[in-house]
Amino acid sequence: MSGHAVIRIEHLGKQYQIGHARGPRTLREDLVDLARAPLRRRNERGATDDGRFWALRDVSLEVQRGEVMGIIGGNGAGKSTLLKILSRIVAPTEGWATIEGRVGSLLEAGTGFHSELTGRENVYMSGAILGMRKAEIERKFDEIVAFADIGPFLDTPVKRYSSGMQVRLAFAVAAHLEPEVLIVDEVLAVGDAEFQRKCLGRMQDVSRGDGRTVLFVSHNMDAVQRLCARAVLLEHGRPIATGATTGVVAQYLARAEAPSSPGAWIDLSGVERTGTGLARVVRARYGSGLDAAAGQAYPDGPLTIGLTIEAATSCTIASLAVTLYDLQGTKLVNADTIASGRTLRLEPGEHQITLRIPELHLNPGVYLMGFWLAGRLAEVHDFIPAGFELEVVSRRAPGLGRAPADDGLVTCRLELLDAG
Amino acid sequence: MTPAADYFRGMSRPVAAPVVRIRPPKGWAPLDLRELAGAHELLYFLVLRNLKLRYKQTALGAAWALLQPLLTMAVFTVVFGRLARLDSEGLPYPVFALAALVPWTYFATALAQAGNSLVDQQQLLTKVYFPRLLLPLAAAIAGLVDLAIAFTLLLLALAWYGIAPSARLLAAPAFGLLAAASALAPGVWLAALNVRYRDVRHVIPFLVQIWLFVTPVAYSSGIVPERWRPLYGLNPMAGVVDGFRWMIAPSAPAVGPSLAVSVAAVAILLTAGLYFFRRMERSFADVV
Repeated sequence: MSGHAVIRIEHLGKQYQIGHARGPRTLREDLVDLARAPLRRRNERGATDDGRFWALRDVSLEVQRGEVMGIIGGNGAGKSTLLKILSRIVAPTEGWATIEGRVGSLLEAGTGFHSELTGRENVYMSGAILGMRKAEIERKFDEIVAFADIGPFLDTPVKRYSSGMQVRLAFAVAAHLEPEVLIVDEVLAVGDAEFQRKCLGRMQDVSRGDGRTVLFVSHNMDAVQRLCARAVLLEHGRPIATGATTGVVAQYLARAEAPSSPGAWIDLSGVERTGTGLARVVRARYGSGLDAAAGQAYPDGPLTIGLTIEAATSCTIASLAVTLYDLQGTKLVNADTIASGRTLRLEPGEHQITLRIPELHLNPGVYLMGFWLAGRLAEVHDFIPAGFELEVVSRRAPGLGRAPADDGLVTCRLELLDAG
Repeated sequence: MTPAADYFRGMSRPVAAPVVRIRPPKGWAPLDLRELAGAHELLYFLVLRNLKLRYKQTALGAAWALLQPLLTMAVFTVVFGRLARLDSEGLPYPVFALAALVPWTYFATALAQAGNSLVDQQQLLTKVYFPRLLLPLAAAIAGLVDLAIAFTLLLLALAWYGIAPSARLLAAPAFGLLAAASALAPGVWLAALNVRYRDVRHVIPFLVQIWLFVTPVAYSSGIVPERWRPLYGLNPMAGVVDGFRWMIAPSAPAVGPSLAVSVAAVAILLTAGLYFFRRMERSFADVV
């Protein structure tokens, strides 16, 4: 039965009304709108598409039986909207789709979990709500518990679990879901690396072994490339590329709107700064040297920074610092050459300086990089609090490790020394 | 095996997989009762979850199912029985009140829980597909367990007051079912409206309070003039309460015509509610 389209999507679109989509309405608001409606029509005649936007537009796609299709794109590209329509959680505004077979969707970890219920109760509840039959859950129960590795806590309320245990149990249920068509949204983004590997392996088995069709959304390009033969790239709700994963991923990385791109010189002549101006950082560039990350910085990776410093007179720089702030303005890093005791003698003119942070302990996110030049007497020659935005991207680690977005700003290794 | 059978086996096609069709919603949709029936296992788990969560971390647990009608009965007995001296159809006032409070307590709880069921579990609405109707349905069904517990309390009260049980008590499941339908009918309307208008959450307690006054819980429906009885029957809970009293008191007024009106009223409100719910459910995840 190869070459048979299990999922067929034709011109699928979803329109939202801004303001309507967000938050529940009150009756009073609707009544006020109703009262104003005749007036507004007169006022805004001709103003079309008032407050409406297409979260998804004109998506046509066919997925063959047994195929694992990746869906990639930036935030707000419409990936989740597409999955929600195919999962029948929201209705499309236009177009249609047909899916043959039992559909299971996995849009979050722990759907149907309740913290007051025990692990055992939650396995049944979550399994049932994800579409498993009672007999099916009973048959796989031991396997699920073994996969989750929660041991003696099976009959403890889930609220007493560590967050790691909760995630493991939630995924264990999900990993044993075996519909003909599986729709998965970014589920590998949580859990520890070891467990992610386990889930990924299971997904691979499931799709290869039984000819199951999988739609897979992820920001983890490594996982997408490993799992999916084909991928579709969405941008602003529209599919802009469909085909072999490698090519689509390359296109995505090339189009990704980086706040500043690695390798290229960034002109700092216009940024806000203070200091004597005797020596100034006029240009900067950076890179991690990792092609897989398109040269972007990545957690625990190295970051090489090139600076062009312009000196007005002869001077000595005793303190050359690189600072990193988060977007809320918290200073996270102040890496200073003063610690090394080395000074920098500058003659009038431009100087090229290369600095290196061997390991950047920041999780994925956008940060502000700034610079600081001070002389031997601590006189500040140049202080740039926010030179440019630096993006730290999730790395393509062999372990597929990708920290969840809310897992703190700073990376930190943890070793288990004694398990008693 | 004969060659012919072999031939046909070779021709047999794989079992047709169910096809999910997704298209933009248009107007009123038929009720998909088959899908609902197919989800009976999930309904079972939702009811179970409802029951397990109901009295979690309470000191008295399921005893609340008994305490609520019992305590209200005590208050009613003092206020309406002793002070106001309302007619109690020849029954001891406590039994008279309890016979009404048992279904009423169920109704009030089930209505509120069904009405809030979608909003309270909105994380499910936005993350997974299942027939949405299961949520208010599970709320109404879970309450029936409390109703059954409270009903045994009523039987104990009969024994305490030396009232011999009659064969009429066998009608209890029918009246219980009518109470469930009476709660579910406004429940599905309110649940669907609640998703869009959170005002509903504040309307429900008020609605239940008003409803209590137009239901013969504290008083006998005998005080309603005869010619208004059929109209009074439009309140299905009037039929339920009269039914419960009819089961235990030989002298209770007959429940013929007004009960028929109650059943018809529930049937219409519930059917319309199901269609309304079906129409609204497509946008639940968008607006919740």
